[in-house]
Amino acid sequence: MTAKTPTLAVWKFASCSGCQLTLLNCEDDFLSIVGAIDIVYFPEATKTMADGPYDLSIVEGSITTAHEAEQIQRIRASSTTLITVGACATAGGIQALKNWADVDEFISIVYPHPEFINSLGTSTPIADHVKVDFELHGCPISQRQLIEVIDSFLHRRKPNTPSYSVCVECKLNETTCVMIANGTPCMGPVTRAGCGALCPAFNRGCYGCFGPSETPNIASLRDLWHSIGVADADLALALRTFNAYAPEFREASDHYVG
Amino acid sequence: MATKVLGPSGLRSLIDLLHAGGYTVIGPTVADGTIVYGSIASIDDLPIGWTDTQEAGSYGIERREDDSFFAYNVGPRSLRHYLFPPRQTLLTIEHAETGLRFCQEPPDNIRYAFVGVRACELAAVAIQDAVFLDSPHADPNYARAREHSFTIGVNCAVAGGTCFCASMGKGPSCTAGYDLVVTEVIEESHHEFVVEAGTEDGADLLGRVEGRQATDQDAGVVDAIVKETARNMGRAMPTHGLRDLMVEGFDSPTWDSVAQRCLSCTSCTLVCPTCFCSTMSDTTDLVGTARRERTWDSCFSLEFTYLHGHSVRSSTGARYRQWITHKLGWWHDQFGISGCVGCGRCITWCPVGIDITEEVAKLAGRAEAIA
Ligand code: SF4
Ligand code: SF4
Ligand code: SF4
Ligand code: SF4
Repeated sequence: MTAKTPTLAVWKFASCSGCQLTLLNCEDDFLSIVGAIDIVYFPEATKTMADGPYDLSIVEGSITTAHEAEQIQRIRASSTTLITVGACATAGGIQALKNWADVDEFISIVYPHPEFINSLGTSTPIADHVKVDFELHGCPISQRQLIEVIDSFLHRRKPNTPSYSVCVECKLNETTCVMIANGTPCMGPVTRAGCGALCPAFNRGCYGCFGPSETPNIASLRDLWHSIGVADADLALALRTFNAYAPEFREASDHYVG
Repeated sequence: MATKVLGPSGLRSLIDLLHAGGYTVIGPTVADGTIVYGSIASIDDLPIGWTDTQEAGSYGIERREDDSFFAYNVGPRSLRHYLFPPRQTLLTIEHAETGLRFCQEPPDNIRYAFVGVRACELAAVAIQDAVFLDSPHADPNYARAREHSFTIGVNCAVAGGTCFCASMGKGPSCTAGYDLVVTEVIEESHHEFVVEAGTEDGADLLGRVEGRQATDQDAGVVDAIVKETARNMGRAMPTHGLRDLMVEGFDSPTWDSVAQRCLSCTSCTLVCPTCFCSTMSDTTDLVGTARRERTWDSCFSLEFTYLHGHSVRSSTGARYRQWITHKLGWWHDQFGISGCVGCGRCITWCPVGIDITEEVAKLAGRAEAIA
């Protein structure tokens, strides 16, 4: 570690703030984080709003306006390391559903003064705009993984954030497979691990919050879901949630949406 | 060795004596809609009157019409969960007043008594012994757990839908690796357990419970039960020339065809009682403690073969091939035995129901078609 305490900036784009809150919710660990890194920009937590450059920028949220598209360029230019966190920043988030819709029509229906709304027709991940050094997936991200990523940054080591499927975590936790034992549709076999297989532990199928796993075989999952009575239209809906615009989920949902 | 016939109360005493002897008793129990190994406080925790139904990619439990104790087959957990746990911290490194302090995690002091262990499972433990113990670098945690364990085997009186231990020559009767072995006999007039000792420790424990001496007739009944079970195996593995088939089949189109269905979810490897792969990770925390952790891994994960910039086995076909050729082929070269005991877990717990016996049959069929 360098003698100087590294600086951290936390940025928010189009998002619900849930991933930033994950950082604030770190409780005891948050104090250790504050001790190890100098938080110089984090509007949701502190009043200090120092200018860059920053050693580490953590970016939450997706790009949905022209202003955001410019801002992320400036952030990238002033950050040595840039990490994106959450489904919005890594895949466009649930708001990426607008990528399949007519945004002007939505705006005209929803807002009394559509002229005040200045939004792009798309919601896109940060990596579509600038180089990203590391992506942490999840909606919201896992606190354990966030600490792991910050810690690995501080110690200049590779983070342990496997990209295999949720099924591995079910097995490590000795959770009974809900698909095999109960016939509950589960996205786990095509979803990236990280949550600790939370939903299957509560007897529910995985919803795919962490986005596609390293080699998702969605065509095979589709055959399996058919056999337990799930139609293509419902599979397409399951794919089009938090990580709808992640390439593998996007392509498969386009294919099965009918 | 001594053989005795016990009633349910005799079996109850056996388990009570294990507790009194300081053992943590692990045995089959009903949990989360499965019959799975768990803590057993007394025989009341056994799945009395329950059975399971297993098919490729499907599992269920249902009530039986009798009060049988052992009329089901293996569940998703195997003994490796206890002997070689999914996650283990091996080492902690902390800052000390001068330099660093290295603390090797002491092995658990638990003494396990495993109850209701099937023949396939005993064979799997023997295989893991070969992996973890018969080497110049024996695994100390595994060795400790094994050294102090006591095992009560069960001869299967029913065969499961995905079982094929008979064709692998590993069951359904227990032949080694137990301190005691139980055969459950249920007839209209009586419910008994024929218990045979396999070790001095077993004979000693058996001597301390109430029961009658076994007769030749009892031995005949046990024999008939396991023979009937062997006849009812849900599946069979075509074992002829299996190792060579794995070598010859290296470029077979079978792998690509199974890759269409395989989710590379790793479930087959993680439920298999003989798989031994793990990954080592070094982690740090914010207060400056470092930890070395060992976690189960699987040849179905990409990182498993990640070497300098890419994964060697990037296709699902190559990963499926690794799994089955290792189990049935290279294992012979490595350990002089097959890595598969025919427990059927990988078939039941594969979400898409890929069946190792069926894939081998296809491979053999293709090899024959070419020859
Ligand atoms: S419950 Fe879902 S995530 Fe868990 S093993 Fe089954 S399919 Fe995989
Ligand atoms: S390969 Fe399958 S059948 Fe063979 S021991 Fe492993 S889990 Fe059991
Ligand atoms: S089959 Fe795969 S996970 Fe199992 S022991 Fe072999 S390489 Fe390891
Ligand atoms: S064979 Fe089945 S259990 Fe094994 S990785 Fe493929 S889909 Fe998963």
